[in-house]
Amino acid sequence: MSARIPITTDSRREPSGEVLLRARDVVKHFPVGGRSLRGMPRDMVHAVDGVSLDIYRGETVGVVGETGCGKSTLARCLTRLYDLTSGTLEFEGQDISTLSRREMRPFRRHMQMIFQDPYGSLNPRRRVGSIIGEPFAVHGLADGADRKRRVQQLMELVGLNPEHYNRFPAEFSGGQRQRIGVARALALRPKLIVCDEPVSALDVSIQAQIINLLSDLQAEFNLTYLFIAHDLSVVQQVSNRVMVMYLGSVVEVAPADPLYATPRHPYSAALLSAAPVADPDLAESRERVVLMGDPPSPVHPPSGCRFHPRCPKALPDCSEMDPVLEPRLGDGPEHLAACHHPLADDERLPVGGAVEAGIPEEES
Amino acid sequence: MELLEVRDLHVSFPTPDGLVQAVRGVDFTVRAGTTLSIVGESGSGKSVATQTITGLTRGARVTGEARFDGDDLLKMDGEALRRIRGKQIGMIFQDPLSSLHPYYTVGWQIAELIREHENGTSKAQARARAVDLLKLVGIPYAERRVDDYPHQFSGGMRQRAMIAMAMAMNPRLLIADEPTTALDVTVQAQVLRVMRRLQVEFGTAIILITHDLGVVADLSDDVVVMYAGRPMEKADRREIFYSRHHPYTEGLLQSIPVPGHRVRLTPISGQPPSLVTPPPACPFHPRCPYAFDRCHQETPPLRPVNMSPTHLSACWLPLDPDGRVQARDELHRRRSGSTGEGARTDATSVTAAPSRTATSQPSAGA
Repeated sequence: MSARIPITTDSRREPSGEVLLRARDVVKHFPVGGRSLRGMPRDMVHAVDGVSLDIYRGETVGVVGETGCGKSTLARCLTRLYDLTSGTLEFEGQDISTLSRREMRPFRRHMQMIFQDPYGSLNPRRRVGSIIGEPFAVHGLADGADRKRRVQQLMELVGLNPEHYNRFPAEFSGGQRQRIGVARALALRPKLIVCDEPVSALDVSIQAQIINLLSDLQAEFNLTYLFIAHDLSVVQQVSNRVMVMYLGSVVEVAPADPLYATPRHPYSAALLSAAPVADPDLAESRERVVLMGDPPSPVHPPSGCRFHPRCPKALPDCSEMDPVLEPRLGDGPEHLAACHHPLADDERLPVGGAVEAGIPEEES
Repeated sequence: MELLEVRDLHVSFPTPDGLVQAVRGVDFTVRAGTTLSIVGESGSGKSVATQTITGLTRGARVTGEARFDGDDLLKMDGEALRRIRGKQIGMIFQDPLSSLHPYYTVGWQIAELIREHENGTSKAQARARAVDLLKLVGIPYAERRVDDYPHQFSGGMRQRAMIAMAMAMNPRLLIADEPTTALDVTVQAQVLRVMRRLQVEFGTAIILITHDLGVVADLSDDVVVMYAGRPMEKADRREIFYSRHHPYTEGLLQSIPVPGHRVRLTPISGQPPSLVTPPPACPFHPRCPYAFDRCHQETPPLRPVNMSPTHLSACWLPLDPDGRVQARDELHRRRSGSTGEGARTDATSVTAAPSRTATSQPSAGA
């Protein structure tokens, strides 16, 4: 029993090949630093800068990247919680990029979100039953005894005791609160659920409970997930495909296993090598690329490849030309990387190179 | 050589809800120049134990002893403890922004600490030392950045500044309470590397408090696994990862994904216990997949397991590896036999949620 039971058929589902959400060149800029006399914003944070992505029905797309890389902003753009600065969004073939709030209503029930903080995302003064039942009220779908019955079914589905219908969020532990968040997101049987760091705030043992719950629900209801997390091993565990972001743009996207085995982009490789592994022998044997410094400011992103100031493989052309996101070194059409000098299969990032020498950090 | 010896530490806090028994009998030893990791989830008492040792838990009821270099820290008055804190014992915390004063420059705060502990150091000397310390932890352009305020530093730089401050007096012990939890993996790798280098260079002993088993695998010599205020298992790093004995340690390790091996995770079922009314006997028994009668009745002491004098486990399962495996398999067979399906414990919670059934479909959105 102490051994893990290997699952021969992968617990992740095979995606259908049918595009559920299509994003093209999504851009989101936020004004910062006040406005000039003409009322024009002085500076822009380039939070998301030209992201294109197809999400297929039934798959899980993981998004990884450091703080400030724009992954949460992207999530909020894809669900139209933010208006796009430019770019297009299609949900099941319909253009939703410029719909008004009212026009978005019918789409909202198909796209739900689960948030990181199970304490902050539940109203502390409302009872659990009313929190989970809120989507029914908003969409005028069920009321009275019918709503209560459905809410209790949802509670049971996510592993909560339906008798706790009248309790307040404060009476639940962190893991149970996240289950409440999951139940609320599931209420309207959405097609797409965007999970923004759904397990980051939870203890290790509870994390695994929520991850298993999400994967069971996906199998049961053919859900599609966009799964944002900074824990790389959790993302590999749940995702069919993984997208690596850096400073608002996609540097690499590929099926999870090839990406983790042979990352093409030096940033992906550095990020993966920095992740700690719970295995002393492995931790000692592997070479860790320690990136110096912090990501530069998204207000004035570097020219060309945005990673070039920190990249150990950077050559002059990296600062001049914007690399295209495309298959590199004979990869299939699934594995795209935006790098002029991608890593070969057995190539390791030069550990003692520019990275170690310490490229000066950005001056603020 | 033992630098710090903690014996039978109990810490409790009176609250309106009752007496919170945060730490209930903890022993550990930190050897000079080595790293002891204390691992556990929220509420396991890992932070309270170390904060008590350094006198940071006001209003707590404390018993036991904590000998630092032979002197009992728990019996010292505030003044004596203050002289040790900062000078002999450095501390860094999870959130560097709230540990640094926003109103003063980083350099001023480091210099202030040096002048507080060393009479007769001039302001200029202290400032020069602050610059050196910032260089030591890898802050670029330290001469200029020394005059920056904390908000001008990034998260990783702030944590490195905290390490610089903690290391200012060249302490013999560094207590790092979740030092990398708020940081990105890339920055975490930088910070851990700084800590490792300082340990090699100055022979500083480290107590590393964390919930991240990846960090434990990276940095520790010895490990204590805590649960509900008690140590469950103590061993060196390899023993914890490769021949753990306690079901809680096993549960923690099985809860995290293994890179490259995608199998269904095996979570620990249920929720962490209340510390006002901790479960009797073995505190882990309500969540333990192998619990049997004795676990509800008697508290298991820490006993040497796997024929290793340094590997201790507080569990009633047989002490030798083969016997343990047999007993666990046997218990598991009996359990799954008696509860029918038995598996699926991960979806239920201790507060008696019924197991999921195939018929429970959310009928919404019809």
